[in-house]
Amino acid sequence: MTYPSSRPDVLIVGAGVVGAACAYACTAAGLRVAVVERGAAGGGTTSAGEGNILVSDKEPGPELDLALLSSRRWREISEDLGGGTVEYEAKGGVVVAGSRETADGLLRLTAGQRARGVDAVDIGPGELSELEPRVTRQAVGGAFYPQDAQVQPMLATAHLLRRARQRGAVVHTGTGVVGFVRDRRGAVTGVRTDSAEVPVVSARWVINAAGTWAGRLSRLAGAPVPVLPRKGYVLVTEPLPRVVRHKVYTAEYLANVASSDAGLETSVVVEGTRAGTVLIGASRERVGFDRGVSLPVLRTLAAQAIGLFPFLADVLLLRSYLGFRPYCPDHLPVIGADPRAPGLLHACGHEGAGVGLAAATGHLLAQHLTGERPDLDLTPFRPDRFEEATA
Amino acid sequence: MTPPPFAFTFDGRLVRAEPGQSVAAALIAAGHRSWRHTRAEGRPRGVFCGIGVCFDCLVTINGTPNHRACLAEVRPGDVVSTQEGAGRDDLAC
Amino acid sequence: MTTSPAERPGTRYDIAVLGAGPAGLAAAVAAAGQGAGTVLIDAGARPGGQYWRHREGDEGALHHGWGHFRRLRRGLSAHGADYRPGHCVWHVERTEAGFTVHATREGSPRTVRAKAVIVATGAYDRQLPFPGWTTPGVFTAGAVQALLKGHGVPAGRRIAVAGTGPFLLPVAAGLAEAGVRVVGVFEAGLPTAFGRHPLATLRNLPKLAEGAGYLGTLLRHRVPYRTRTTVVAAHGTATVTGATVARLDQRWRIVPGSTREIDCDTVAVGYGFTPQTEIPLQLGCAMRRDADGSLVARVDARQRASVDGVYVAGEACGVGGAQLSAVEGELAGLHAAYATTGSAPDRRRLAGLLRRRAAQRSFAAALHRAYPVPDGWQTWLERDTTVCRCEEVTAGAIREAVDDLGATDPRAVKLYARPGMGLCQGRVCGYATTCLVARATGRRPTADDLRGMATRPIAHPLTLGALAAGDDSGGDDSGGG
Repeated sequence: MTYPSSRPDVLIVGAGVVGAACAYACTAAGLRVAVVERGAAGGGTTSAGEGNILVSDKEPGPELDLALLSSRRWREISEDLGGGTVEYEAKGGVVVAGSRETADGLLRLTAGQRARGVDAVDIGPGELSELEPRVTRQAVGGAFYPQDAQVQPMLATAHLLRRARQRGAVVHTGTGVVGFVRDRRGAVTGVRTDSAEVPVVSARWVINAAGTWAGRLSRLAGAPVPVLPRKGYVLVTEPLPRVVRHKVYTAEYLANVASSDAGLETSVVVEGTRAGTVLIGASRERVGFDRGVSLPVLRTLAAQAIGLFPFLADVLLLRSYLGFRPYCPDHLPVIGADPRAPGLLHACGHEGAGVGLAAATGHLLAQHLTGERPDLDLTPFRPDRFEEATA
Repeated sequence: MTPPPFAFTFDGRLVRAEPGQSVAAALIAAGHRSWRHTRAEGRPRGVFCGIGVCFDCLVTINGTPNHRACLAEVRPGDVVSTQEGAGRDDLAC
Repeated sequence: MTTSPAERPGTRYDIAVLGAGPAGLAAAVAAAGQGAGTVLIDAGARPGGQYWRHREGDEGALHHGWGHFRRLRRGLSAHGADYRPGHCVWHVERTEAGFTVHATREGSPRTVRAKAVIVATGAYDRQLPFPGWTTPGVFTAGAVQALLKGHGVPAGRRIAVAGTGPFLLPVAAGLAEAGVRVVGVFEAGLPTAFGRHPLATLRNLPKLAEGAGYLGTLLRHRVPYRTRTTVVAAHGTATVTGATVARLDQRWRIVPGSTREIDCDTVAVGYGFTPQTEIPLQLGCAMRRDADGSLVARVDARQRASVDGVYVAGEACGVGGAQLSAVEGELAGLHAAYATTGSAPDRRRLAGLLRRRAAQRSFAAALHRAYPVPDGWQTWLERDTTVCRCEEVTAGAIREAVDDLGATDPRAVKLYARPGMGLCQGRVCGYATTCLVARATGRRPTADDLRGMATRPIAHPLTLGALAAGDDSGGDDSGGG
């Protein structure tokens, strides 16, 4: 199949949550869309995520603006898809400060976030235990973020793609990109694949939404973006009644998200799910694509989770999974057209916030492609910013 | 010499057991088939695999949920009770 | 058992054997007999595994090969192997110096270090879902066997035995001999294929005689034995009140008009076996899909897996029964002992073992051919038939994940609809889910499909407290990991 009469406007490489959100937004804007995915839809980092849609963990700056836009878009999308089908839940986030010093830092952060439009409520120990009755009594305070929400990432991806298909999109799974097709002037006009059924897919634009493999794909296109893997684990407990009501994490998590430290960082994030299981994340480790399970990391996560919620000591751990967050050295995603390769756009490098930022990413690219003025300035996310930094 | 049989309770009723028997074996010998209700649909469940693989025979023993009745050896005086759902209602808040 | 010096925390064994069934016992005895420092780790309270399951003080009235078991049990203590019952292994970690086995005993963490591991974790009954199979009173054939052999308790009063494979016969015969009314043995297959493999038959006459013995027992107790027939539904809500039996065509679809109701209070089912492969999967060993459709570890002529220092014996490298398991275990024990201590095994002993392994394996292959599981069982299911017992996921929900959400493999279906996400982690529904998804997507199940439902980094649940506590070796040896 080579789209003889109906060449798609947009070819999206990658059917993770970001690619799916791009397909959803582009088809909504009236564009013809094709998606190629080397494995199964959502089979990469999306399948290893918790589905966070957070504003709480971002410092004031372009990523926070993106997160706020995305949080609004997710609400609309989940209404369109049916909130139940994607398990959208505006559960709210609770950040716990273990010391006076951390609490003071948190106060400064929430003040800055409020100035950018975040609904952030400073809370004392009393309010904290009202919000989370089982949380440690050692906490000195914290913050409550009613805007923080969650979806089930695999279901969200599947339903985004499903809606895109209903609007005419074609999705080819098990189809890996092996090269790019260019016209005489060097503009990207499609991709070559490893599939005999669709050896070539042509399109007016190609979007790189290849997640952790986006760096490799960008090099294939001769327009490299430095996307690297940052390994993380999630522990899953036995099913429980609703004990942990919000997404609860330690204030130290905020430092780790933005950190460039090469070693292992763990700062625990604990939350309940509709299925009853409690999820415990989130370590960050730079060890390439090593899929080996590191018990010391699991132990540290378990110990920190118990520190936050002491009752967890007697709760059974059922399983663990791991994944690779695609991150860029400056911890900002790459969103927009690549001036080095006309016709190529990027939607990658979202690190641990791919689900949360996907909705805005797709929305902004669709606006860009249809000639609409994007709701946000894309300059901070431009693909060629890393060359300037090294030049 | 074989040690003598003894008793434990299941949902308040006395049940006879032989030394070395599992909770499941003693309950089945006494005519019971189920001692758990599922989380989602409240369906009755008891032994299925009998060798610790399937986790279907979960039961609350002396107040602690999620014992596999097919593996747990019954002891004199044990208080065994039907496990409702996740068996962790004590944690709900 | 006494605590030997080698049992002190921090000690490194030459060989850790996981599982004390026929393969593990034979491996531990062989390895210890060669002078290797050997520890045998098992979840059970007594050695023997499922095959030689017995009550305390029971000396084998109901068991085949009991003399063999007693010899192995004696060998274990005679050669000074450490035996650790009641250990649930949840993870095996590869370290620079070998392996660390992580287990819990009554919930508390226990670790064992060894230069090599022999995985002899056995198998459990493979199940196919059918309407009513979650009703209390439907058991696996192994459960009925375990209740009787391990606890002296018959699972019911009127028992229907159904499924496929030679294991149904000893289960039914054992029940009949214990005085239970077996209302029928319903063999879904038509095991006549042996005629086509005369060599395998000749080499294994004793095994066939064993089967003939069971058939004789059934005949004596007037137990009907029906082929191409099985239980396709169980009835009742609180407990089984009856079952539907049907004749099957070659592909196991129900022959129209052949269904009939039978009066029973218990159904015992088994459709072959599923090997326990979480440890080889954790260690990254190469796997394959065996002739019976099970995921098993690849091994070479010395029972070595693809990862250095890992040996696999028994069902985990291919279902083949207790005798093959014991042969493979002995080979693994001898080779692992040679690799870790340099103690060379006797060549004639090796040659004999290799001959027996070849014969047993060709017999196992013939059995797999004689008792295939074609996919017509999927037509027995209703949309609301439960497939995943833990998470109560129906056949309809699995179908929707493929048809509506575009899932193309079992792993995606698991993430969309949650089959295999419960406490058993897909041990029971993994095979069926894999087959259902494969057929719904118009293809055959692959090893990768099976792996998607069988990968379990935490092989056995443990409390977060036990995980956080770390190992119990006093921290003197991090093992380089």
